[in-house]
Amino acid sequence: MFRLEVRSSTPAWFNLALPLLAIAATLILCSGLIALAGAGVLDSYGVMFTASLGDSYAITETLVRAAPMIFTGLAVAVAFRAKFWNIGAEGQLLAGAVASCFVGAIPMPGPLAILLMAIAGAAAGAAVALVPATLRVRFKVDDVVSSLLLNSVIYYALMALIEGPWKDSFSGYPISPPIEDSANFPVLIEGTRLHLGVVVALIAAPLIWFLIARTTLGFRIRVTGENPEAARYGGIHVERVLLSTALLSGALAGLAGVGEVGGVHFQVMSDISPGYGYSGIVVAMLARLNPLGVVPAAIFLAAVMTGAEAMSRATGVPAFLSDVIQGTALLAMLVALLFTAYRIRRVGASS
Amino acid sequence: MSAVFEQIFQVGFLAAIIRIATPLAFATLGEMFSERAGVLNLGIEGIMLLSAMTGFTATSLSGSLWLGVLAAVLTGMLMGALHALFTVALGLSQHVCGIGVTLFSSGLAYFLYRLIFGQQSVPPSIKGFQTLPIPVLSDIPVLGPAIFNQFTLVYMAILAIPLAAFVLYRTPWGLSVRMVGENPRAADSAGVSVIATRFQVVILGGALMGLAGAFLSMAQFNAFTFGVVSGRGWVAIALVVFGRWDPWRSAGAALLFAFVDALQLRMQASGLGHIPYEAFLMLPFIFTIVAMAFMSRNAVAPSALLKPFRREER
Repeated sequence: MFRLEVRSSTPAWFNLALPLLAIAATLILCSGLIALAGAGVLDSYGVMFTASLGDSYAITETLVRAAPMIFTGLAVAVAFRAKFWNIGAEGQLLAGAVASCFVGAIPMPGPLAILLMAIAGAAAGAAVALVPATLRVRFKVDDVVSSLLLNSVIYYALMALIEGPWKDSFSGYPISPPIEDSANFPVLIEGTRLHLGVVVALIAAPLIWFLIARTTLGFRIRVTGENPEAARYGGIHVERVLLSTALLSGALAGLAGVGEVGGVHFQVMSDISPGYGYSGIVVAMLARLNPLGVVPAAIFLAAVMTGAEAMSRATGVPAFLSDVIQGTALLAMLVALLFTAYRIRRVGASS
Repeated sequence: MSAVFEQIFQVGFLAAIIRIATPLAFATLGEMFSERAGVLNLGIEGIMLLSAMTGFTATSLSGSLWLGVLAAVLTGMLMGALHALFTVALGLSQHVCGIGVTLFSSGLAYFLYRLIFGQQSVPPSIKGFQTLPIPVLSDIPVLGPAIFNQFTLVYMAILAIPLAAFVLYRTPWGLSVRMVGENPRAADSAGVSVIATRFQVVILGGALMGLAGAFLSMAQFNAFTFGVVSGRGWVAIALVVFGRWDPWRSAGAALLFAFVDALQLRMQASGLGHIPYEAFLMLPFIFTIVAMAFMSRNAVAPSALLKPFRREER
């Protein structure tokens, strides 16, 4: 006989085991789709792996793709830690992209331009995230729905810009004018696209980990998320913590947009983010909301995305497999998290 | 100015409003039912997309429009059941599961569509639903051709609104749904199965979202494109809140949004006005966010929304 028991604590190795379990389950489930497409499962996953992590150039491409998802993953992880349900990383990313593109188009020395782009992008993302947080703190408005709906507002605002005042009058394409050449992020390895923003993303993860795990603000964020009543009783101004969390979360999502403008596209177009904001939720959940876990989780999703394109060319399996993998991974991870709440225990026949 | 008005407010305009409102009405009613039972379904955007794909594909392969509608509805029910499995049976967080269902369903829709139809320079299309004028009623001046010379799915949406209100407010099952959404503990004590009721409602909601998807790919556009839903699911989430979780008001909100959308399309087509059309598309979201701030004082949202129910927890 087996029985489900409520678990009070989870061993540390769960942090690694659960995401790996979820990813394994995802790859097994999605192999059905590869078989349906008439390709070899191991071949397809093999191509995916080699094309995304098989050589140094592939690795740089995967890292470039991972950078925005590291930022949105951190944004979501920080927010969810405080139980500020920020579903709006997508809109915050777009706001960051627009603001940094605006600044980057102003002629000025390169380093200054890059610094100001980052500040403007982070500020724009933070401002957007502040809206659902303020509505929640002041009016008790549900942050899930308000942050989600803001994504659409920001998207249409971006469209209005690139189809209106920003529209390229020469070509007629709905894209913003490019940023100044001097504002393009420096490429760190000749012959690749590995730009400054990728390194910043990789450094941001341990910094955010330090902030959450070792600082007073981090402590307040955690307590507010785990037990707001206790936090309040302990003298923590819960509302202020939620607003600070929103500012931090939004700034991180905004930086995702800054990196895409400064390091990859050098301008803003309607599809500048293929849903990196929503991918951030997948990344944060796979990472179990741990900022250090965000990096491997984002690299996994990025590898799936870059690998899927090569797999599609080689085997004919539609590259959209990466989208299915992303959704399945999130759902599988949520199910795997049940193991943190319950344990299955063998019960003897006598009892 | 009067010429402008004449150009905008004509039979075709009224008919366009009704057509734009139809998928939103289905989707909004579906989401409303689900939320009245306490389950937020953010899977709506993906469920509509996947249903639009399966409906289109079934019709394209079989030649039967109604078989397509059936496929879309079944798809919606299946994905609704999936969302219910995660959020109701397993009690996982509704917003994250909903995003998961949307990512999964839209990924699957893109994947299967590309697998079945390949990459074609001209996307395949079907001969979609044709308008079906209702005798006598369609002869009423202005309103007749606008409302009673429409697709069968439009008539279904118009009938679905009073039906939804009747089911929700006048049947024992509707009472269970509302109890489960307001006070699941009390519902449980009264012998109502919270889990079963929530499952039924989320699946019903999925069916309605499926109809919304079917309408888009089989009556409005007669083709499946990756942007066929383009945020209409999120609009429905907003309209449910704006319509205060009531079938009539939610449908009214859908009609209001359709009016704004139709107006925007007209102004774009006629080159009138200098307001960017995106400003109109933003309106329902901004209105809803503002409305939420005002409404929160007299809590109208179902009290148990977003809260999983576990019997053993007291």
